[in-house]
Amino acid sequence: MSPVLAGVLQLIALIAALALAYRPLGDYMAAVYSSPKHLRIEKFIYRCIGANADTEMRWPAYLRGILAFSLAGVLFLYVIQRLQGHLPLSLGFASISPDQAFNTAASFVTNTNWQSYSGEQAMGHVVQTGGLAVQNFVSAATGMAVAVALVRGFARSRTGELGNFWADLVRSTIRILVPLAVLAAIVLVACGAIQNFSGIHGVGQFFGGSQQTNGGAVASQEAIKELGTNGGGYFNANSAHPFENPNAFTNLFEIFLILVIPFALTRTFGKLVGNVKQGYAILAAMVTIWLGFTVLMMWSEFAHGGSALQAAGAAMEGKETRFGIGSSAIFSVATTLTSTGAVDSFHSSFTAFGGGIQLLSMMLGEIAPGGVGSGIYGMLVMAVIAVFIAGLMVGRTPEYLGKKISTREIKLAACYILITPALVLLFTAVSMVLPDALGSMLNTKAQGAAPHGFSEILYAYTSGANNNGSAFAGLNANTPWYNITIGLATLLGRFLPMVFVLALAGSLAEQKPIPETAGTLRTEKPLFAGLLVGTILIITGLTYFPALALGPLAEGLS
Amino acid sequence: MNNSVRNTARLLTAGLRALLVLTVVCGVIYPLVVTGVAQAAFPGTANGSELTSHGKVVGSSLLGQRYDKGKDKQGNPIPDLHWFQPRPSAGLGSNRTAKPPVNPQYDLQVSGASNLGAGNTDLLKSVKDAKQWVATTYGVPESQVPADAVTSSGSGLDPDISPEYAQIQVNRVAKENNLPADKVEQLVKDHTQGRQLGFMGDPRVNVLELNVALRDLVQKQG
Repeated sequence: MSPVLAGVLQLIALIAALALAYRPLGDYMAAVYSSPKHLRIEKFIYRCIGANADTEMRWPAYLRGILAFSLAGVLFLYVIQRLQGHLPLSLGFASISPDQAFNTAASFVTNTNWQSYSGEQAMGHVVQTGGLAVQNFVSAATGMAVAVALVRGFARSRTGELGNFWADLVRSTIRILVPLAVLAAIVLVACGAIQNFSGIHGVGQFFGGSQQTNGGAVASQEAIKELGTNGGGYFNANSAHPFENPNAFTNLFEIFLILVIPFALTRTFGKLVGNVKQGYAILAAMVTIWLGFTVLMMWSEFAHGGSALQAAGAAMEGKETRFGIGSSAIFSVATTLTSTGAVDSFHSSFTAFGGGIQLLSMMLGEIAPGGVGSGIYGMLVMAVIAVFIAGLMVGRTPEYLGKKISTREIKLAACYILITPALVLLFTAVSMVLPDALGSMLNTKAQGAAPHGFSEILYAYTSGANNNGSAFAGLNANTPWYNITIGLATLLGRFLPMVFVLALAGSLAEQKPIPETAGTLRTEKPLFAGLLVGTILIITGLTYFPALALGPLAEGLS
Repeated sequence: MNNSVRNTARLLTAGLRALLVLTVVCGVIYPLVVTGVAQAAFPGTANGSELTSHGKVVGSSLLGQRYDKGKDKQGNPIPDLHWFQPRPSAGLGSNRTAKPPVNPQYDLQVSGASNLGAGNTDLLKSVKDAKQWVATTYGVPESQVPADAVTSSGSGLDPDISPEYAQIQVNRVAKENNLPADKVEQLVKDHTQGRQLGFMGDPRVNVLELNVALRDLVQKQG
């Protein structure tokens, strides 16, 4: 069997697995968010928080809950990293410096998981398992809560109430993420991922003697890192490390974990707005982009452009033998089109066009299918824009799901889509004139790789502001400049869009529904899915083309 | 004013309490439950898939190792051609400013990749050098040298090589160990793993497992 055919078959197997999980998981999540009952453990948690989970919140209250919870998360992570040298179970690692601790705390609370540290060299059990892995759950749950609040904004009328943040947060964690993560972690261990608390210990070697190696709660972190589209690796090599991702089956399984919740949330959305076909249209737009990008990526990697890859005979630099090129390509698109950022192969050594596809995937705003929660709310904002554009073309007041899209809604949606490009382009531009920032590049002009060096910096801010977390990892990002600015980009790129989404949700929920007429744009039809894809590609293309032309396009065409 | 300060304080306390209780669930109970199940049901894999030979641990079958005989004057390791060689690591990027540098030589505590771009001239040079070395050492034309033999992996700890790379090493390894080539070739065949379920990943040979079997064969002959 040729490697290309094997790659295509793996893609087909992945699609089949996702299709099987789509309805049951989507329906289950819809039931979780609409159930009036609390589990006993949830009641206990609400008592600990001191919150009444049955009070409805308007959007400012919902937002305040998110901000308070996230602020607590940032402070807690910052403090335990700064104190690591004094904590037990820290494997002898020192405390983390202030700028790196800020960067890591911001990065994990925002579901980004950008890492300017090297896992096996810096973080002990307390920080990894008791701090970082916890945010893998709760940052994902926060994203899901915001998504559900927006969906309620469409589904409800003549009320400003969007649900209860504490209830949505706790249910997402307890009823969805934890049970799935337990199952996934056990599958990973069964296939070879490690799960122990043996810390740093010697392991015998072929010629005798021994070498030091790290033990840890790796499988449990790996499972939620993929499932919650987080991406922060236990080890520096992330999912390329054999202890995180031991074989080709686990590789495909991890891709499945990355994609399963974001895709299934379109079903949840359809259920909650009372018309599953609306969810299918959103799903169709997501699948079109995801499949298109995956096919392009496989083509580019199998063609292995670039002088070094041509000399080698295949694009194997930075890729593992057990995965091969096909499934590494599938992984890299899945991780950049969601907010995951885990890597099973190193993006910096992909072909120039492959690197461009990874960049563009993040630049789309990570909505196909996107992060858990953040993918669907980002996609719904794009749907609002698409409806608006369609309305302009025929001269009708735009409406979506029975809600009028007026000036206020469009302003909020426009703010949403402007934030991340502004952060990415501004920070990249400033870094390009700072000598210190430029000094962090690995690939340089002297090595005939000037555009690649630029791409390293563009990638860093694209990844940070879009809450992805993957990297062109040659860039030495552990400097105060990058730690602080990328940390800020993750925070602003996460919470400002949430403000606009929740304000939008509140404003939609207050409206009274307008009846469908013959002139209403049918948003559950293929035509609308096509319009949505076109809108996304054109808006992103116009925004980022100059930056892409200086980086991957210049590199690929030279 | 006072009221709003009090409300903010109450909200922040609620956030902190929520974080702490969820830390107990997700950061303590969850990893302990998974560890308990893993250690009870899959102790071998949960503890790193250690491979033993004649009662001694010789490494993890999931992690690559080096097979060298000392170092040359520049401090570069000299490959010991009695044994099958893994994917190259000499060409791994130094990641200049990282301390310690990212994975110079299959060091288990510094995983990572070269991160050099596809058109980087340094990478081009290391690929060409590696290709030349493999071709001369194993006496094959450069066109027969597979890509995994001249590129470094993502983790820098790749335990596998392609069956093609193992195959071109057979004659030299057999000669160094005074073994008949067909016996060594059979060994490679026995240790070649196809794609999982016939279509997942790429065919591969686990270098450590192969070398352990080779050592047994050498000892039996000697």
